[in-house]
Amino acid sequence: MAVDRLTVVGRSVPRLDAHDKVTGAARYVSDFILPGMAHAKLWRSPVPHARLLAVDGARAAAAPGVLAVCTADDLPVKRLAYGPAYKDQPILAREVVRYAGEPVVAVVADTPARADAALALIDVRYEELPAATNAEEAQAPGAPVIHTTLDRAGHFRDLDGLRPVAGTNVCQHYRYERGDLARAVAEADLVVDDVYRYPALSHHALEPHCAVARVDADGITVWSGTQHPFPVRKDLAEIFDVPLAHVQVVVPLIGGAFGGKCYTKIEPLAAALAARVRRPVRLALTLEESARTITRHSVVVRLRTAVRRDGTLLARECDVVLDTGAYADIGPRVATKAGSRAPGPYRIPCLRIDARCVYTNNVPAGAYRGYGVPQVTWASESQIDVIAERLGIDPFTLRERNLLKRGEEYVAGDTPLDGDMADGLGQAARAIGWGAPLTRNRGRGLACAMKDGGGTHAVSTAVVHINADGSVILLSGSVEVGQGARTALAQIAAETLGVPFEAVVVPAPDTSLTPYDHGTSASRSTTVMGLAVAAAAKDAREQLLALAAKLLDAPPSALTIREGKIAHGNRTLTLAEVISGHFGLVGGEVTGVGTFVPGEWSGSLGGATVFWETGMGAAEVEVDRETGEVHVRKYVSAADVGQAINPRECAAQDEGAAMQGIGPALFEARVGERGQLLNPGLIDYRVPTFADLPEALDSLLIENADGPGPFGAKGVGESGTFCAAPAIGNAVARAVGVRLTELPMTPERVWHALVSKGASP
Amino acid sequence: MNAIPMSVTVNGEAHALTVPPHETLIECLRDRLGLLGVKKSCDVQVCGACTVLVDDRPVSACTVLAFEARGKHVRTIEGLAHGDDLHPVQEAFVEHGALQCGFCTPGMIMATVALLAENPSPTADEVKHYMRGNICRCTGYKRIVEAILAASERLATGPRTTDGG
Ligand code: FES
Ligand code: FES
Repeated sequence: MAVDRLTVVGRSVPRLDAHDKVTGAARYVSDFILPGMAHAKLWRSPVPHARLLAVDGARAAAAPGVLAVCTADDLPVKRLAYGPAYKDQPILAREVVRYAGEPVVAVVADTPARADAALALIDVRYEELPAATNAEEAQAPGAPVIHTTLDRAGHFRDLDGLRPVAGTNVCQHYRYERGDLARAVAEADLVVDDVYRYPALSHHALEPHCAVARVDADGITVWSGTQHPFPVRKDLAEIFDVPLAHVQVVVPLIGGAFGGKCYTKIEPLAAALAARVRRPVRLALTLEESARTITRHSVVVRLRTAVRRDGTLLARECDVVLDTGAYADIGPRVATKAGSRAPGPYRIPCLRIDARCVYTNNVPAGAYRGYGVPQVTWASESQIDVIAERLGIDPFTLRERNLLKRGEEYVAGDTPLDGDMADGLGQAARAIGWGAPLTRNRGRGLACAMKDGGGTHAVSTAVVHINADGSVILLSGSVEVGQGARTALAQIAAETLGVPFEAVVVPAPDTSLTPYDHGTSASRSTTVMGLAVAAAAKDAREQLLALAAKLLDAPPSALTIREGKIAHGNRTLTLAEVISGHFGLVGGEVTGVGTFVPGEWSGSLGGATVFWETGMGAAEVEVDRETGEVHVRKYVSAADVGQAINPRECAAQDEGAAMQGIGPALFEARVGERGQLLNPGLIDYRVPTFADLPEALDSLLIENADGPGPFGAKGVGESGTFCAAPAIGNAVARAVGVRLTELPMTPERVWHALVSKGASP
Repeated sequence: MNAIPMSVTVNGEAHALTVPPHETLIECLRDRLGLLGVKKSCDVQVCGACTVLVDDRPVSACTVLAFEARGKHVRTIEGLAHGDDLHPVQEAFVEHGALQCGFCTPGMIMATVALLAENPSPTADEVKHYMRGNICRCTGYKRIVEAILAASERLATGPRTTDGG
């Protein structure tokens, strides 16, 4: 279909959920109320590593309103441990606690306040163990080994090949090597060797984790704000040893996720408690507890890059260490992706990559918008500017010279690059005024990065029902975290079917009613689920045309569908007339099914990349030499979206992502001390506010309709987070001549760097 | 602890309630009156998700006690639209794409209503300053500022039908 003929796709139609969200009618899991619902609160370990000796819950159990006080041994489950990579995480700690904040005892009471009050009556005796509270300590000789055995989860194909290092805390060691490193280094005119640090971050989606569970004769039902309803169903089925069909996971609107609600989190505990007290149970965490549930990996990257005088990159050696905390969660995959993307989107003949995912006694780290790419991009794109400066080459020119071109392979056998990054970077550079004169203490910086988008070997299925009145129900397992998935998918369905956008309704995912989908992550919904939706809509459309052909006595190929009407010459039938004409009554429906199954098992990541999510960023900053404060005056983010299904929402995703990059660039960081998280909540953990909005924040959408998704779409939503930190760091270096290697670039750090440099202008 | 009898008007409707002294306004609004549009996030008066108006002034319902609203008028997001007619601030949020997950949106909109009542034509900087107590983790704020400025224009030029307070 020619793009200029599109009527619904490519338009910024209002979001399907906008009205409910501005009127307060939108319902999230935390708004769920079930008759007879009880409330759970958790007693969490105050220490990072300890052997549990005894739990005395008798006084708590006798407190008013308390229905149950449960330790791991009291949970009616067939297996205690779960996890997407390794089954290493217990629903409640048993025998040993591995991080401060780990849930040990659950109290269920008739009100949240009574459950909370009873927590104070619980007495837990434990014996502290030596703790490893960062990845360096955890890799040191004699470090406590946090997990002595590892049981592979077996859920995901790419995770079958995990390489833990026995007897250590390394739960995944990703390695990649090509070319002759020694020779490349010998041939080089310049070798740059630096270490970059990126701190752990809190997701702080505004809605904390919440799950409501009911267990009855029909099975287990869990309402949860999860990004992965089907993998959660699988975990619950295994934990309770029941068929998948007996587990139902329903996902209403989600109040933000950013990866923090990927895979199974608190759902097994809510379900186990509901089974135990034989009442529905609501487990609603506080924002601080959410920060004790999952984090973004802190990462240390050592990069050694060999380059010729003319700027040609010859070799890159990347050593990436991720602190994955006490339980692996999806950390091993984050490590693999961080490692494989650490060299950057360049043509580099020789690579040596080691990425280690290391257990520590910290809060588990998992998915967070970008899956390791923001961390390694901070390193690799900062260092590109270091090289440019040392060689006296313009940073844009240096990048342009080395960037992969459209059609070039990043790794042999994987999908070739499907966009033009140099063009995108050029657009960002022009928009920031690259090369134009600047006033004192101002500077501009650039960065670019890419990530395999669409998920790793991830299947999606969609169903389209056309009802007897011509209205359409689209069933898709993509959850609505705020990204606008329901709206974009409805646009794809409406366009493909030839019905008005308003005709399409997208109900909340429900694993008992909605067809299978791997999950809502990796910017995959528009592209991968989008293809399934387009296929389902096409299937339904063909069935409709076949029915109409009989009624109109014409071949299906001679018919058109537009605006919900089927036409042959000047004769038209509404969809309702076709369906009731066929069934001979007012009932009946036409159902289309579409499935996306990813390509062949190949490439370095164990699956062909669906599309390349590329991000280009450009910053203009002003540095206050007196205080060290960095002000981002202007930020431009460019995202290659292929074809924007809804341009307003694409740009909005990209802007939001850019702000989530600016936060950690300047001030966001979790602060820990000896395994204690010192800033769990929003009082001490600073997230971007209105005051941090740059004077100009612009998103450029690059549209060449060259993506594999419907209408040429590619995914968007993560790429905006990749570039902000290095683009800002590079701008600071160009403004005042100091380069920071550790985030965030706080006023203190910048000021100290200025002072130690001599602070002369 | 003695429960406190109180009368309060919420979204124009009078209620006679008896509340425990420690009950917060958000508990009262959500759990007692079923106004689930009032959102709880930080629970410590930092994020503004729970913002409601008490006698036209914005307050964080998570840290105000219910009985403090005794004899006052409380307005929540549910009390803003007139039937199917959205308030101009709500319209602007929809049109400008000023929401994503929507969890901050009710508080954002109520804070905006308060801002525009105090300062009907704010500058972008005044908007950013006034709204700094409302956190949005999704949008990056740009479109919220645009929506607020657009709403201010609409309220200044359009018929003022729905912002009675
Ligand atoms: S929930 Fe009240 S201010 Fe955050
Ligand atoms: S829209 Fe999600 S927090 Fe504002």
